[in-house]
Amino acid sequence: MSSTISAPTSAQEPGGAPSGFEADRTADSLGATVRAYVDRVRGGDLGALPAILGIVVLGLLFFALRPETFLTPRNMANLADQAAPIIILAMGLVFVLLLGEIDLSAGVVSGVCAAVMAKLLADAGVPWYVSVVAAIVTGVVIGLFTGSLVGMIGIPSFVVTLALFLGWQGFTLRLIGEGGTVPVRDPVISAISDRNLPVVLGWVLALLVIAVYAALQLNRFRVQRAKGLAHSPLAVVLVRIGVIAAVVVVVTAVLSVDRAPAVGVVLAGIPYAIPLVVVLLLFLTFVLGRTSFGRHVYAVGGNAEAARRAGINVTRIKVSVFVIGSTLAAISGIVAAARLGSVAPGSGGGNTLLYAVGAAVIGGTSLFGGRGRVRDAVLGGLVVAIIANGLGLLGTEAYLNFIITGGVLLLAASVDALARRRAAATGH
Amino acid sequence: MSAPTDRPEDVTPTLELRGVNKSFGAIQVLHDVHMKVYPGQVTALVGDNGAGKSTLIKSIAGIHAIDSGELLFEGRPVTVTGPRDAAALGIEIVYQDLALADNLDVVQNMFLGRERKNGILLDELSMEQAARDTLSKLSVRTLKSVRQLVSSLSGGQRQTVAIAKAVLWESKLVVLDEPTAALGVAQTRQVLDLVRRLADTGHAVVFISHNMVDVFEVADRVAALYLGRMAADVPISQVDRPQVIELITAGRSGDLGIAPAEVAAVEV
Repeated sequence: MSSTISAPTSAQEPGGAPSGFEADRTADSLGATVRAYVDRVRGGDLGALPAILGIVVLGLLFFALRPETFLTPRNMANLADQAAPIIILAMGLVFVLLLGEIDLSAGVVSGVCAAVMAKLLADAGVPWYVSVVAAIVTGVVIGLFTGSLVGMIGIPSFVVTLALFLGWQGFTLRLIGEGGTVPVRDPVISAISDRNLPVVLGWVLALLVIAVYAALQLNRFRVQRAKGLAHSPLAVVLVRIGVIAAVVVVVTAVLSVDRAPAVGVVLAGIPYAIPLVVVLLLFLTFVLGRTSFGRHVYAVGGNAEAARRAGINVTRIKVSVFVIGSTLAAISGIVAAARLGSVAPGSGGGNTLLYAVGAAVIGGTSLFGGRGRVRDAVLGGLVVAIIANGLGLLGTEAYLNFIITGGVLLLAASVDALARRRAAATGH
Repeated sequence: MSAPTDRPEDVTPTLELRGVNKSFGAIQVLHDVHMKVYPGQVTALVGDNGAGKSTLIKSIAGIHAIDSGELLFEGRPVTVTGPRDAAALGIEIVYQDLALADNLDVVQNMFLGRERKNGILLDELSMEQAARDTLSKLSVRTLKSVRQLVSSLSGGQRQTVAIAKAVLWESKLVVLDEPTAALGVAQTRQVLDLVRRLADTGHAVVFISHNMVDVFEVADRVAALYLGRMAADVPISQVDRPQVIELITAGRSGDLGIAPAEVAAVEV
């Protein structure tokens, strides 16, 4: 609770009284921003902190256990390929979770869409882009179906998507056939995971990303300060730009090193999966943060009744988040198929969904709705992928892999629930 | 109180209800309700639980369709069939449960559902400026930042934001449903001051309250509902507190209120 409640104001108050919004002006100091951040974390709003800690701690742990393999450029490229389908699926789940809903069928939907693509490529021999469009359209249609059942008929999303989780697996099985696999050999599709950006192009794009990010941030700071609006201090803006620049440069540098196992071959550059994830991250962050649609998603997740009274079409928002979820599931399915080179009846089943939900929640998206960002999927997806990748390097048995990943999801969900209680207690 | 408490009757009321009836199935909730709400005045709407206050404001808001009777807005007959119609006329309702999204900040809540846009981009700068201007105009001095999340605000501050949100929309009529019900002394003070300033800035205000101290402090007129009938709709200078309580509990007081025969009929 803020201390300002106790100061009564009345119409008769003499001139020279505080005019309000002090924080909007005095936030211009670094110390105040740091204090405000510490307050927020104490109040239960952990943001990206757990995921970043997770990446650092797990990174150090696996580096200590497997120093000769874990932090090599080859494994980093492999990690990126491993993380991409999880991250993309989790991005879609962030939208669903923002409404406090869940899509348990997202994993198998990615399987259905991948199967549609693979069948079209293998049996009908259509060009790659037709098959990709068909897979994405399949995702959109599935999302419309799920969303209508939840938003229009009003069945709890848990039940709808649990039923569809079974139903779509049957669909994939029928499409592919018992025990069969459909190979994905199209060079363009496979390129997503086994081809790399030319090193020079990688650097050009990396520098471009940094330059555009810096320009946008600095311009926003300039306009906000000129108009006397709330803004972060310049130091914070610069630190933010510095961190992003450092991450982009390091990743590009590591992936630009020749990582070919054999001498005489050159294998270097950023795998195509990374620019794909970055483009999706930028686009979806833009949608969620800068458009009225995104604002309405947050509003419905925070207080559906308030949103309805504000004239927002809550049903339409509900249906659209399921469409977004299933569309990204389709893209995730395509990336996963490219990585594995085939689609099987079990594609998208197993722990696919668990990994993606875990990624979103570990990244900081709340299961209770209203809080979450697209970047959560990236950070959380990296944590999940590091666990899977590291345990693979350690040669852990499959059973341990399941137990550990399940445990991490449980841990993230507990942090989320506790943060929420703490937020309620401290008024944040 | 600075506004005149007695207005000449020739000023066009911002909102006038004429013979409004409303039933839910077999139960008639509003009987031939007449009411006038004037610009620049606070009209206190009082009545016991179940007297029909909520139904009345929901009819004004377009949530319930009235069965018969007339709604006049600034002298023109209007039909309000949904919240959007009401908003288009300039009617804003501040509900008791406030209807703010906790996970959004003050500016985002004030513009919720009616965001300003630059193409497809949200125009955050202009929204933040407009929100701040509105809050300043209402002399709201208790917010630390307009970019604060609503979840971090106190009850009085939330009420303030909800009211400021209503004012942002060039609203002509603001209906406040028990704005001080859950507040402490100091916060009630803030909100009552704000209600007064709303009227002083030319808005017609309907103020629903159970608290007679608040009513007599802030209202210019008082409208008392008794079992779905309008017992009295008079300038507050013509009544005193015991009379208003009598109107609420018995439907009449002295010369005011529902005719004795009708009261008897209602009470059967």
